[in-house]
Amino acid sequence: MPRSPSWIQRILAMPNDSPAKIVGVAVLLCLACSIVVSAAAIGLRPLQEANRLLEKRRNILQVAGLMRPGADIDELFEQIEPRIVDLRSGSFSDAVDPVAYDQRTAARDPAASAPLTPEEDIASIRRKAHFATVYLVKDEQGVVNTVIVPVHGYGLWSTLYGYLAVKPDGREVVGLQFYEHAETPGLGGEVDNPKWRGLWPGQQLFDDSGELRIEVVKGAAATGDAAIHQVDGLAGATLTSRGVSNLVRFWAGENGFGPFLKNLQQELAEHG
Amino acid sequence: MADKRKLVLDPLVENNPVILQTLGICSALAVTSSLEVSLIMCIALTSVIAFSNLSISLIRYQVPSSIRIIVQMVIIASLVIVVDQILRAFAYEISKTLSVFVGLIITNCIVMGRAEAYAMQNPPLASFLDGLGNGLGYSVILIGVAVIRELFGAGTLLGLEILPAVSGGGWYEPNGLLLLPPSAFFIIGGFIWILRTVKTRQREKISFQIMEAQVREHA
Repeated sequence: MPRSPSWIQRILAMPNDSPAKIVGVAVLLCLACSIVVSAAAIGLRPLQEANRLLEKRRNILQVAGLMRPGADIDELFEQIEPRIVDLRSGSFSDAVDPVAYDQRTAARDPAASAPLTPEEDIASIRRKAHFATVYLVKDEQGVVNTVIVPVHGYGLWSTLYGYLAVKPDGREVVGLQFYEHAETPGLGGEVDNPKWRGLWPGQQLFDDSGELRIEVVKGAAATGDAAIHQVDGLAGATLTSRGVSNLVRFWAGENGFGPFLKNLQQELAEHG
Repeated sequence: MADKRKLVLDPLVENNPVILQTLGICSALAVTSSLEVSLIMCIALTSVIAFSNLSISLIRYQVPSSIRIIVQMVIIASLVIVVDQILRAFAYEISKTLSVFVGLIITNCIVMGRAEAYAMQNPPLASFLDGLGNGLGYSVILIGVAVIRELFGAGTLLGLEILPAVSGGGWYEPNGLLLLPPSAFFIIGGFIWILRTVKTRQREKISFQIMEAQVREHA
């Protein structure tokens, strides 16, 4: 007795343009493709997540000037402690877990963020999360020597996400680096240029009276007293430069980390 | 064997998909400002087109003609997602730069064009080779454009400094226009001009003659 054909053979034997065949082929094809796609997505996920974490750590180490070629990122990262800052009060908080907390998700959640008024919102970010993860870099004695805060804001085409590293006095910049943006390569994209990033270390966010003075200026920065507050803009990227200027001023200002940076000495003494 | 080789080599110059058929221009404009990114894009596109041709050719007798385009799309889209996932796992930095352009391989006319024009009528091995050849034909142009754009636009190749730029104390003043997408248009246009001057067979026939304007005196 011949074996009755299996369902798959029956589908294959149908004329190509019968409705059942059309549905059958569509279903089988979708099944096969979805299996391939999900296998790739799930099989590669651990590698991708490791890449993302490594990338984030590399950026944090770079902005603090700790990155050395060939060094082990995880090992270097051991001297860095993530902490949560409550942006409303400007002090450390234990309300959320600093490792698991995602500021970007929180900024979209009405319960975890607040809208900004157009006057406040110079960085064009619309909403501000209540909490932010900051990173404290400690030396061998456990004394904090650099504080890294996350910053973001709108440039020309895209929101730039990055880190600003400051000395524990809350005024002197150690570095500024973006890890995600879509500015024009070669023009606004030069925010990634090491030479331009090299203009930031040593600049002062505030003057002696505590007024926010840091800015990116078009053309050459001033000389003399104002020079420590001014960074040369990028040639051919006026709008990106202005965006960077605005976002640094926003996050260093009253609505960003301003209160935290001003109390930094005291905060570090009490909770660091 | 000779025609197998022809399948791979023909699309490089004789029947180049970008230059002769002017397909796949969109991504050629977008990703060619740096050579490294272009190379990865070429590998991604070539593997997608080769494997989509192979799989479509394998099932070509079973595809109902009324849904054949969507069947091709599903296969191409799945392959693109797989390639994108692989890039994110093994070439994270570059996958960030390529961002949306890997996904846009789905809409690259070369991939769809070869699936519909070749793989639906030909056996698997020949289809695979045809895909490989057309992918390489696209790659040749992309790499050519990227070399010109990166070398003269930024003075570097694969990120290594070749022409020391003025901003770094050298003598070369980079041409910023080359880093913007329109420059890829000029360069591809230049390639087409050169190729059609050398290989006159590739010139298109003039499909219509512009009428001489007739000026009539007003009475």
